Amino acid sequence: MTAPPEVLPATGAGSLAWLLFAIPAVSALVLFLAGKRANAWGHVLGVASVLASFVLGVVIFVQTLGVAPDQRTTELSLYSWISSGTLDVDFGLRIDPLSLTFVLLITGVGSLIHIYSVGYMAPHAGAEPSSDSSRRRFFAQLNLFVAAMLVLVLGNNFVLLYLGWEGVGLASYLLIGFYQDRPSAATAAKKAFLMNRVGDVGLALAIFVLWLNLGTLQYTEVFARVGELSGGTILAITLLLLLGACGKSGQFPLQSWLPDAMEGPTPVSALIHAATMVTAGVYLIARTNPIYDLTPTGRVVVALIGVVTLLIGAVIGCAYDDIKKVLAYSTVSQIGYMILAVGLGPAGYALGIFHLLTHGFFKAGLFLGAGSVMHAMNDDVNMRNFGGLGRRMPITFVTFGCGYLALIGFPFLSGYFSKDAIIEAAFGQEGWQGWVYGLAATLAAGLTAFYMTRLMIMTFFGEERWRNLKAPDGEDYHPHESPPVMTGPMIVLAIGSVFAGFVLSAVGLNQWLAPSLGELQESPAGVLPHALVPWLVLACSALGVLVAYLVVGRRPTPVQRPEPVSFPVRAARRDLYANAFNETVIERPGIWLTRALVFLDNRGVDGLVNGLAAGLGGGSARLRRLQTGFVRSYALSMLGGSVFVVAALLAVRFA
Amino acid sequence: MSPTNYLLLSGLLFTVGAIGVLVRRNAIVVFMCIELMLNAVNLSLVTFARMNGQLDGQVMAFFVMVVAAAEVVVGLAIIMSIFRTRRSSSVDDANLLKY
Repeated sequence: MTAPPEVLPATGAGSLAWLLFAIPAVSALVLFLAGKRANAWGHVLGVASVLASFVLGVVIFVQTLGVAPDQRTTELSLYSWISSGTLDVDFGLRIDPLSLTFVLLITGVGSLIHIYSVGYMAPHAGAEPSSDSSRRRFFAQLNLFVAAMLVLVLGNNFVLLYLGWEGVGLASYLLIGFYQDRPSAATAAKKAFLMNRVGDVGLALAIFVLWLNLGTLQYTEVFARVGELSGGTILAITLLLLLGACGKSGQFPLQSWLPDAMEGPTPVSALIHAATMVTAGVYLIARTNPIYDLTPTGRVVVALIGVVTLLIGAVIGCAYDDIKKVLAYSTVSQIGYMILAVGLGPAGYALGIFHLLTHGFFKAGLFLGAGSVMHAMNDDVNMRNFGGLGRRMPITFVTFGCGYLALIGFPFLSGYFSKDAIIEAAFGQEGWQGWVYGLAATLAAGLTAFYMTRLMIMTFFGEERWRNLKAPDGEDYHPHESPPVMTGPMIVLAIGSVFAGFVLSAVGLNQWLAPSLGELQESPAGVLPHALVPWLVLACSALGVLVAYLVVGRRPTPVQRPEPVSFPVRAARRDLYANAFNETVIERPGIWLTRALVFLDNRGVDGLVNGLAAGLGGGSARLRRLQTGFVRSYALSMLGGSVFVVAALLAVRFA
Repeated sequence: MSPTNYLLLSGLLFTVGAIGVLVRRNAIVVFMCIELMLNAVNLSLVTFARMNGQLDGQVMAFFVMVVAAAEVVVGLAIIMSIFRTRRSSSVDDANLLKY
């Protein structure tokens, strides 16, 4: 293990790094507070603030590139944030290759998606005036998200990370439930919030354990001293961190909120639920790599979670007809790849981040493409109603196609470089791990090719099924290409999907990340020769495409979903019973428990108190009848009392 | 003369007074019975003072007399005003102050 790089104070543009998140945060504040007055220019401010952050990010990036690799890790302490007893937390930023990579991804892809949203969220002609203010609200929340995400990746301690972590959770909640008039959106938002909470508790507990054992929460100090802890404590910390990562990144067993999160507007799905926020879990594990380096067991759990998730996501993705949900499960599956990569340890951290970046490009592009299709098809998401759209919307078709090819790992496109590297590293493990990780990842690559090809064929090729159908709002479909403000970002992302993998590996992303993640270790030969793996993956993907063509492409797609279907399809359509499982095992007992507790509270606790009060009240009502108003009866009772007291005294005296 | 006789007389007078308070209805008679009880106590106080050769008991008896005098003034005034409003001096008729 190499010594951690020296941490230097930030200079030059780096000392302005706080502006990166301050600009979107102020913009969000202005948009929230200005109200209707900002309707006319709200979206312009929203886009401008993220663009400004992006420009600043690029400046800091260029400055950092100019210094030697061992001087690229800098910190900027803004002020003492929390000081309580022995707990001392600075509002400090860590500007190093890893955080800068994320800054560029968040602000870069964020800018494109902000621009796209100007068109996507534009009020329809003849819409009521309130939709104008809904676009302003949208931009306010999207800016809030960007600011929180930047705090998450820029913080130099776990508390700041947690602040950003909760901030993106809030923004995600608000944006999933953006269409407030839809009950399904409100439910999905609540579900996302609750399932994230499970993960957040894990992260919070990990932070507590760290503080309890080390008395500090700053990355540098924690990483320098974590080696002092016992193996069990380290394992506990890594597992709790993993729980946090599972919640935020939609990993098994907390994956089922992510597909439901597609209730939000499509740009949100692209930015938050594909490119950035859901990768926060990968960031968390990569950032805490010095802890994970110490515990092979913890890394095996991480990798297994990744393997399970990438299979689940790929299998379910094959069964859905909802274009956004297919992409959502694809996201779940791809993040599974990233988690698997970071679970491989020093041989995989950089690969996970690499795939995260390329995935950020092509999946954001795919979602924007899906948004463009929905825009054209009266917000319909059912692919069975699509078909033949490639001729109607050529730009969307071509850009979406680029993302598709990148995702399935077409040679020399983005996914080919990043995904194959992960699968190679997976096969590079020794013993059963190599076989399990490698074969699962290869199988999922084939499934990915299948479901994406199915999606492509059902949407862009074949018969124009929408001709004979009515849209859900009762109008005819009039598919049309989207305005340039939407196609522009799609084109940029498509270019990224095609070239990002090649460029990033050519310029040496792994060496760039080395100061943050350690040198990328060449994975050993493992169970399968490295030269064989790309061919295997390619063959598997080609098989997936072929099967999809045979199953979906050669015969007309029925508009009605075929029923009944075989068991695997039925299971996949029901999310492999994940929701049913959660409902039966957690929700129902939870409801019973609450009911029992409410009953106990109403009848037991309240009953005790109320019973006492009623008993006293009833008793006194009877007792007061003794107050007759007859003086002589009072006198008698006084006499009786006196006699009793005297008798008692005498009895004590002479007994 | 042994103090026993004085104490017996005192007890007898007290008992008569107590029974009078309990059984008679006329407020004036009840009042007089109370005085009887007070004076029975006075008698025993004086007796004990004499027995022990100390003046404490006699002083206490004077106090009781003074208080009794004040009490009679207030009490008779109350009985008078009750009699004027209710045309009755029976203690059982003045039973408004109850549950």
